[in-house]
Amino acid sequence: MEHFTGRVWVLGDDIDTDIIIPTEYLALKSIEDMKQYGFSPLRPDLAGKIKQGDMIVAGKNFGCGSSREQAPEVLKALGIRCIIARSFARIFFRNSINNGLLLMEQQDLCSDVSEGQEIEVVVNSHVSCNGKRYPLASLPDNLVEIINAGGLVRAMRARNGLAV
Amino acid sequence: MGMTIGEKIIALAAGVSQVKAGDIHTVNLDRMMSNDGTTHLTVDMYYHKLNHPRIADPKKMVFIVDHNVPSDSPKTAAAQKKMRDFAREHGIDFWEGEGVCHQVMMEKYVCPGELIFGADSHTCTYGALGAFGTGVGCTDLLYGMVTGSSWVLVPETIKFNLTGRLRKGVYPRDLMLTIIGQIGASGASYQVMEFCGDGAGTLSVEDRMVLCNLAVEAGAKTAIFEPDDIALQWLNRRGRKPKAVFKSDEDAEYVKEYTFDLDQIRPVAARPDFVDDVAPVEDVQGVRIDEAFLGSCNNGRIDDLRVGAAVVKGRKVSDHVRFLVVPASRQVYLQALEEGLIQIFMESGAIVMNPNCSVCWGSCQGVIGEGEVLISTGTRNFKGRAGHPSSKVYLGSAATVAASAVKGEICTADML
Amino acid sequence: MGQTIVEKIIARNIEAEQVKPGEIVTVSVDRVMLDDIMIPFIADKFQEMGFRKIWNPDKAVLIYDHLVPSSQLDDTRHYKVGDAFAEKYGIEHVHRSDGICHQLMTEAGYVKPGDVVFGTDSHTTTYGCVGAFSTGIGYTEMAAILGTGALWVKVPETIRIEINGPLPANVMSKDVILRIIGDLGADGATYQALEFVGDGVERMSVSSRMTMANMAIEAGAKCALFTPDEKTARYCNVELNEFQKGLAGDEDASYCRRLTYRGEDFVPVMACPSQVDKIREVKELEGLPIDQVFIGSCTNGRLEDLMAAAKVLEGKQVAPFVKLIVTPASRKVYEEAMACGAIGTLVKAGAMVTHPGCGLCCGRAGGILCDGERVVATNNRNFLGRMGTSKVEIYLASPAVAAACAAAGAIACPL
Repeated sequence: MEHFTGRVWVLGDDIDTDIIIPTEYLALKSIEDMKQYGFSPLRPDLAGKIKQGDMIVAGKNFGCGSSREQAPEVLKALGIRCIIARSFARIFFRNSINNGLLLMEQQDLCSDVSEGQEIEVVVNSHVSCNGKRYPLASLPDNLVEIINAGGLVRAMRARNGLAV
Repeated sequence: MGMTIGEKIIALAAGVSQVKAGDIHTVNLDRMMSNDGTTHLTVDMYYHKLNHPRIADPKKMVFIVDHNVPSDSPKTAAAQKKMRDFAREHGIDFWEGEGVCHQVMMEKYVCPGELIFGADSHTCTYGALGAFGTGVGCTDLLYGMVTGSSWVLVPETIKFNLTGRLRKGVYPRDLMLTIIGQIGASGASYQVMEFCGDGAGTLSVEDRMVLCNLAVEAGAKTAIFEPDDIALQWLNRRGRKPKAVFKSDEDAEYVKEYTFDLDQIRPVAARPDFVDDVAPVEDVQGVRIDEAFLGSCNNGRIDDLRVGAAVVKGRKVSDHVRFLVVPASRQVYLQALEEGLIQIFMESGAIVMNPNCSVCWGSCQGVIGEGEVLISTGTRNFKGRAGHPSSKVYLGSAATVAASAVKGEICTADML
Repeated sequence: MGQTIVEKIIARNIEAEQVKPGEIVTVSVDRVMLDDIMIPFIADKFQEMGFRKIWNPDKAVLIYDHLVPSSQLDDTRHYKVGDAFAEKYGIEHVHRSDGICHQLMTEAGYVKPGDVVFGTDSHTTTYGCVGAFSTGIGYTEMAAILGTGALWVKVPETIRIEINGPLPANVMSKDVILRIIGDLGADGATYQALEFVGDGVERMSVSSRMTMANMAIEAGAKCALFTPDEKTARYCNVELNEFQKGLAGDEDASYCRRLTYRGEDFVPVMACPSQVDKIREVKELEGLPIDQVFIGSCTNGRLEDLMAAAKVLEGKQVAPFVKLIVTPASRKVYEEAMACGAIGTLVKAGAMVTHPGCGLCCGRAGGILCDGERVVATNNRNFLGRMGTSKVEIYLASPAVAAACAAAGAIACPL
């Protein structure tokens, strides 16, 4: 089963898409240009500190607000491996899956984990933190299909008979 | 020895009976205007560079927020807040969203015979009412604000003798661009452009504003018309009285004289990137445009909106053109609303904005992108002024701009 | 067994007798909305996916609104990309400066009761005001729809919200939806549909319903629906067919939750910084000084909103040193507001009326604020930093309340 470890950034409830990437930067030419502004209204220094393979642990309603797909793309470009939150907003959830950014719902982890800690994630099974196991639910089949295809773009390329 | 209007205004402000070109005099300023382009810098200097900050007479001060309205960034908002807080604290007249500063000044303050400093180059507009208005930097403005006075070097005067009458389809803007094209961008450097002659009598105060406003594009310190009955009636209708009504003396000294026959003027355009690169519109017709702008302190008044509306009425703006219509002031907007002009512009597909400097200043509305072309009734077509450094700006009359918006390429109204 | 409105729409769309919450189904799309911010990304993904044509160009509507007028150097690039995409794939429904996407989709007749519609903006929920199932998606999914005409959805559970009796005089539908969001919480309806019923909503204009459907996303909802009635038919310029007339929740439909309100209990409220569900009564906040008021957006920039504001400001002036920015939701709204005198009244009172578009709501221009400033706004979000720096306080309110605040220079109730 897929598993990995990484360092954790801890955020609160209702982290909205305007916090993840403000509208002001949405018309920049590329995600690479945008990513430095990630989280700037809340924690202006955070984007510069995130390293490849880091994870975000957050409270409820992560990604609420706009449909901007730049939000999960910026997080991915910053190197975020996965996000574990109490709950996710609907559009953000779909956008993340379509971009191959892994999201997992977990109720208790965010109140137990501290920023900077290393945690281990076993996909569709559990998270290990401070020697304790936090269960993870399995994703629905249709989402697993998209993820297995490598995201929605690749799934469509395959449908259209193109190399993926 | 005789004096020109400009010399007489300076003499009055200096409290002397005679001045001549080249003299330096200390003058009392009648009024000072500052806008959101630089007021925050003046305020910073006021608080941080002065040992004894004071304002000589707050009633002489007018602050106008017009350059970035509504605000487009936290930085702009902070600069405007500084200005607003300062005005509130010191009891300074403050206008925000009321219109372009020079238009607001003409509507509410300027009187013949006054000497006015404005922290904006197009302050020369006020000569339309026989006032001496000139642009200064914020340090000069600060000095004026603190002391109520300043120094001036009395400028030489050039006489522009206007004859005849503009033909139908030709506008004061075509006249002034033609003049600038002929004398060049430094053709009146540090000098006063005095407009006189029979032709001047055919021009309304609004027409005269168009001429005076662009004088700085020929390098002039200011431009001025004698305040005749047309000007005095205009003033009277607004409930104001002149400070002094001056005429130039017969034997006043002029450094140069030009004569322009208004009948001979044709629709012209200034080509990128210089205001004095002026050509008949026919020479640039067919240039594909991305945006057209009808507005500014030069050409955003009711006359201009009437001209523009008459051109677009019953027509549609070209699909690939953004046509920005920005009345010069709240008064102009309300008049245009009443006359149904705003409705005509909306029906044509134009973008109608609140009164402000808009894309003339190139900042927050209608910014043009890489390689794009704008035709504008604004004041300047300098490189990159309206957006991307590679973009191009042509200047034309309200009629030319409106016609070009419809056709999608530069043309005059009679080519539609 | 009975069905909710959203279940009926989805069932008919997939030609099934019935669908159940939780079921994952693939729907055929009746209409899509593409906006200016997202169009370059949509175009890239569409090409990357290898599509050569749009499944049905007549079903696509491209709208420039977030970036109108352009305020940054790269903005016009979005128009260029959009124009080229429309030209290449034959999209003829292109609006370049006609107003906000969500206003235009119903106002210009693109969405009808019972339709299934997706848009690249979260407030696509708005079209539920005419009984359509509509929701926001990202640009990758939009590209996939443009190629295939289909999208998977999970049939949502439905929360039934009943409002009985008329609203008090100074209360608008904005106050109603803000209260409901406050009660549900910002994630209280995540993945779910809201269904509004009762004579309280029957009394409302389609515009008032739009305000409520628009803001459903602020409780996390996937969509929000109203039963189409005579007002809907008039607004959409259609005669309702049997299917459309039947778009009401059945008596025995299964709802995951039921809320009931009495119209008379609603009062003017505000969402306080910086959460949409942080609701307080306006009277508790009265007197708090403000710097700016914004009336506009797809939530509250319609004719009735501008008229409500004009009524409050008639013969009055905006308080000194306070800015009032009014951005009508569409060109049509602007023209109608001109014709009825509302624009004149507002401008005379000191308002700055800008061209229709998203304006300040999307935080790119149109009245951005700085540290320490406080704004009362009629739009849908008061998130941190949405209208400038993170030290700007945004209070969301109805147009009537907003106008009263502008006149008072402080938070105030309309009389």
